Amino acid sequence: MVIMVASAVLDAVTASTRFGYVARGDELRTIAADPRRWVLHQVERPETPAFPADLPPSSRMVEMLLEMRRDKQQVDRKAYNQQVRAGYLAELAARQNAAVASSTPFVERLVHFWSNHFTVSAFRPFERGFAFAFEREAIRPHVTGRFVDMLLAVGRHPAMLLYLDNALSIGPDSLVGQRRDKGINENFGREMLELHTIGVDGGYTQADVDALADILTGWSVARLNDAEPGTFKFYPQIHEPGRKRLLGKVYTEAGEQEGIAALRDLAAHPATAHHIAFKLARHFIADEPPTAEVDRIARVFRSTDGDLAAVSRAVVASAAAWSRPFSKVRTPDDMVIAACRATGFTPPTPMLAFSLRTLNQMPFFAPSPAGWPDDAAHWISPEAVLHRAEWCEAFSNRVPNPPDPIELASATLGEALPADTLQAIRRAPSRRTGMALLLAAPEFQRR
Amino acid sequence: MVCCTSSRRRFFGLVAGGAGVFALAALPGAVFAAVPGDRRFVVVLLRGALDGMAAVAPVGDPLYQEKRGALALKSPGDGGGTIALDRFFALHPSLAAIEPYYRRGELLFVHAAANGYRTRSHFDAQDLMESGLTAKEGESDGWLNRAIVLLQGGDRARLGLAVGGAVPLILRGKAEVASWEPRGIGTLDSDLIAALKPIYARDSLFGPALAEGIKAQVFSNAVLGDEAMGKGMGFGPKAFAALADAAGKLIAAPNGPRIAALDMGGWDTHVNQGAETGRLAQNLEGFAAGLDALAKAMGPAWRKTAVVAVTEFGRTVAVNGNNGTDHGTASVLFIMGGAVRGGRVAGDWPGLAKLQDDRDLHMTTDSRAVMKAVLRDHFGVDRKALDTRIFPATAGLRPFDGLLRA
Repeated sequence: MVIMVASAVLDAVTASTRFGYVARGDELRTIAADPRRWVLHQVERPETPAFPADLPPSSRMVEMLLEMRRDKQQVDRKAYNQQVRAGYLAELAARQNAAVASSTPFVERLVHFWSNHFTVSAFRPFERGFAFAFEREAIRPHVTGRFVDMLLAVGRHPAMLLYLDNALSIGPDSLVGQRRDKGINENFGREMLELHTIGVDGGYTQADVDALADILTGWSVARLNDAEPGTFKFYPQIHEPGRKRLLGKVYTEAGEQEGIAALRDLAAHPATAHHIAFKLARHFIADEPPTAEVDRIARVFRSTDGDLAAVSRAVVASAAAWSRPFSKVRTPDDMVIAACRATGFTPPTPMLAFSLRTLNQMPFFAPSPAGWPDDAAHWISPEAVLHRAEWCEAFSNRVPNPPDPIELASATLGEALPADTLQAIRRAPSRRTGMALLLAAPEFQRR
Repeated sequence: MVCCTSSRRRFFGLVAGGAGVFALAALPGAVFAAVPGDRRFVVVLLRGALDGMAAVAPVGDPLYQEKRGALALKSPGDGGGTIALDRFFALHPSLAAIEPYYRRGELLFVHAAANGYRTRSHFDAQDLMESGLTAKEGESDGWLNRAIVLLQGGDRARLGLAVGGAVPLILRGKAEVASWEPRGIGTLDSDLIAALKPIYARDSLFGPALAEGIKAQVFSNAVLGDEAMGKGMGFGPKAFAALADAAGKLIAAPNGPRIAALDMGGWDTHVNQGAETGRLAQNLEGFAAGLDALAKAMGPAWRKTAVVAVTEFGRTVAVNGNNGTDHGTASVLFIMGGAVRGGRVAGDWPGLAKLQDDRDLHMTTDSRAVMKAVLRDHFGVDRKALDTRIFPATAGLRPFDGLLRA
């Protein structure tokens, strides 16, 4: 009986750490009643975070971008940049608070996972104003819905159409293309295949990239003189006319509908199921997940037509996802959320931004459309380990009224924390050093 | 977080046993290994696919102006600032900072070079460029790391250095490497370090990383002093020069690492690439400033140095619909350093009449032949190791002769 209870508490640590971020208060005890149920329940009833009412929709921010580009006055540019910078910080704080305060942290983790899968990055600076809104509008509503709906929402979102240049892609035989010496931009078509759906080993050729790029011409963003500037708009006059052959299937000319049909087919492609299953398994099981687990998750994806609630449940059902010790290393963003959740303290936003930037994971600044890497080899280098420890110390020094680090250790990691780590925390010269040790300990740095 | 109140000096002092003034001679044991002839090798990874025809333009090719359209550079002397390299090739005006190296014979280009694989995926191509393979085999180590394993023998001391944070695949593998990046949060208490050491020792990932991190920080602080502190890496082309400067100082130091890799991004110019000016021009300017900073930071050690800058693939010859270029095949290699026999554009020019897949510049040089030549002529790595271990199954690929000074 005692042993069962102990293992239930350990499973509660896994539930809260691996699927959520970290346990808070006396949450571990509640979770221990039924750790798997605790995780699964979140998929059924995702909590909607209370975002500040004044966060602007992407359409407003895209419209502002278009206005700034039209006016091209130095003063407008300056005002625009200031507004975008302030907006970025407000959005960052809202996103951080959503993850820190959530009673369904598994869902928050899924939101971050999917928004990383469908990366838009402010490495292209114009994205800065609406990258967070993209996540709210195109990702969050679908994380427990259907993959195809998320794919369509992402594929038709101005943030993605601008990020991967599709907004500017013009069919050479379209009305506009014939008059002007403009043409196709294949960036979106390529990344849609390689990163978003069937994956680089999904069996496509350059001809398929060309075909998908042709199919998607016309998918763009409404301009200032259109009805709803800054929203999705299909422009028939730049759509490449004619039949296209993508992955062996012929799409007859159907304007905007062609792209919808192609994305539906890509979402249903077996290679997409495998690609998504692999990435989820990599996130929730191990950097190199067992093939059998990937195949099992992929089967669920296929048999449910990409029902992401069912797919998420299949991930939770994996015995390997409950193994200890934790094999995954937290990304810096993950570590910061966990530290804030554990201590109930979130630093002021500029400091939060400085932290994430210094730790090399500024949200929505992923270096490429492939998003942030999800493996330890990328994140753990000698320098990175020092930076993490430095951050844990600096953070601990900022927490007002630091809690007893031993109690904090027991509330977050329980029996999963080895005796010698606990001993080191107990011997720490101060509460703050004890807290820094806990946060920097490998057991806290992993999940 | 408690930003900018650096206590690294204090940190160093405590770790090194309270020494007030730190000198390399005071370091506990050898931190870095030695290599034959005390030579240095730097690989710059240009991520995103550099347009080789924009950097080193084949202005003498009769089809150049026609095929490149709006992105064609003006010929030298036509008012665009393009720099003549020979009768056929011209250097982009934004690369002017490295022209003196070319004139001194310390810089050469190998044109129409690619990495021996055929993929237009950035991510696959970068993995292959760094693993040195031509097909995906679940790459887990990089060719430069495999070379380091060979060069350092059984010595556990570090020979390699990753500059800029995360260790790139090219340097991952059996040989431990050091890493350095220009930013710190600024505080790290010696009590905390002392307490963390035994806790981390249990963890196969965090333990070695912490131990190495402390050693490397002691070293880099000693070499770079305070100047690197608080210097944000930032984004964009200007960030590269700071990295290159630090890399140069670290590998030039008497007992520093000898082989470094660093990254520069921003090359994926699908939109508004520009010709003499514009987005690509700005990136090229940052790149040239970085190479210049690297060379200057190295002082006398530059004489023993070879730098190779390589990209994952080139870009389409034709301009796309957005005044940019798409993913292509061959690009250009930059080979620079005091050890280099430069002042020329090497490699066979494939011409623009026949293109790969009707869109890309054909490859005439496999960049691995160049890497092999550097490892052979610079470090004395034998042919068998080059053909089987560093670049497996490449016996048919001869090292590119005559790149380095005899």
